Amino acid sequence: MAHVSRGFRGRRREEAPSERLPPGQYLTDDFPVLSAGPTPHTPLAEWDFRLTGALEEPRRWSWEEFRALASEEVRVDIHCVTRWSKLETVWAGVSVDTLLEGVETEAAFVLGFSDGGYTTNLPLEDVTAGKAWIAFAYEGEPLESEHGGPARLLVPHLYFWKSAKWVRGLRLLDEDEPGFWESLGYHTYGDPWREQRYWGD
Amino acid sequence: MRTIVFDAPGWPGHRAGQHLDVRLTAEDGYQAERSYSIASAPEDDRLGLTVERLDDGEVSPYLVDEVVVGDTLEIRGPIGGYFVWVPADGGPLLLVAGGSGIVPLAAIVRHRVAAGSSVPTRLLYSSRTLEDVIYRNELERVNGAAENGVEVVLALTRETPDGWTGYAKRIGRDVLTAEAWPAAERPLAYVCGPTSFVEAVAGELVGLGYDPARVKTERFGPTGG
Amino acid sequence: MDASESRLDGNAVGGVLAEIFATEMTASMGTCAGCGATEPVGALHAYVRAPGVVVRCPHCSSVMIRIVRDEKDRVWLDIRGVSCLEIRRAED
Repeated sequence: MAHVSRGFRGRRREEAPSERLPPGQYLTDDFPVLSAGPTPHTPLAEWDFRLTGALEEPRRWSWEEFRALASEEVRVDIHCVTRWSKLETVWAGVSVDTLLEGVETEAAFVLGFSDGGYTTNLPLEDVTAGKAWIAFAYEGEPLESEHGGPARLLVPHLYFWKSAKWVRGLRLLDEDEPGFWESLGYHTYGDPWREQRYWGD
Repeated sequence: MRTIVFDAPGWPGHRAGQHLDVRLTAEDGYQAERSYSIASAPEDDRLGLTVERLDDGEVSPYLVDEVVVGDTLEIRGPIGGYFVWVPADGGPLLLVAGGSGIVPLAAIVRHRVAAGSSVPTRLLYSSRTLEDVIYRNELERVNGAAENGVEVVLALTRETPDGWTGYAKRIGRDVLTAEAWPAAERPLAYVCGPTSFVEAVAGELVGLGYDPARVKTERFGPTGG
Repeated sequence: MDASESRLDGNAVGGVLAEIFATEMTASMGTCAGCGATEPVGALHAYVRAPGVVVRCPHCSSVMIRIVRDEKDRVWLDIRGVSCLEIRRAED
């Protein structure tokens, strides 16, 4: 191991019930902002959410149409691959199941795509059956742009890089296609409970 | 802020403007790493870093509050080949510092002095208050030097002492128009500090006619340190 | 706070690039594959608060360099966004 720095402890990391924290994670009080580029600022009048790719009929919702869909409050723990976890985060969002209602597809995978070019890949079954939302509010307030507003993907059972900020749609795919981080070393699936951070984990 | 001076056996030497990376390791293996500009001149026997303590920082509170004489730090460097100055680069030299951005620019000033260079040099240094100005005595000395001095212009943005006749505003277009070398002299500029400060100042200098390739920038992020 | 306030520049990735390229890289000139602009690596926009490092063209914001490091010994590097890299070896 590297030289140990006498007396260094790092940011005080809270104790937490260990069954709530995946291996190698620590609790944080704040909400770190991680970003791969400048914050996009798409006006709501221009924003839309699309379902594209391997489906019979592509779908599109404007902001008004999207917000008119049934939404729900979600209270979940989130885990970042950079090792911080935040418990009991509260979001409001539209379930991806709602967006996929009536969609005919044989796709097994999706690629979430965002303003600014970010992408992330997931198996379709990991964004359905109540496992994923398009979230537009955090802690009762409209989602701030630095945290991915107006809307972000929320997939709390996987590492948080999969919860793409500034999401603009899902492309349905027959075959898996690695996204922005998955193509450069990050694990294609990303289960925090099996500590799947990098390729080969 | 605290200046830490240390011996670095095997250190290959550095150039003014370079930085090094400090890595801290806790007993449980947890690591944190940050970059710090080297404050000392290449001519000095020992390496010096000046660290600003950020309240919510992870490394700076350790370096400022905890480290004592005799401790060992793990470092990597020197790093940097773009934001460096040697006398052969010439001038006239314009150094613009926002807050803790003064550290690498002070290293450039110290190197210029130690090397006996006479390249015309102006340092514009923005701080919140006079108390926040670091290396003050040293900067006053070079400012007042009879020969080969460095002109030092302070700009205080939050509070000024009684009788202050210097700038009581940000380093923006007014201050730069008045104090920066004229573009016709083909100056070489180094701008360092918080990201928003650096980008605004660099933009103004280009607007005054500076060659963008001769405006070198080093961004310290949102808090500047 | 906008992400642009917290962006750094290529100086901040000098350490990791020197490890990968075995030479100082911030003075090297990189040509953006997106818009053709050429800048010293030290002048590129760097986003380091991310699961990896993303270096972007200051003119068109295209991704020029991406770096991921695991906590052990692997580094992944993508420089497809750099159409040409003119490397200057540091003088000894």
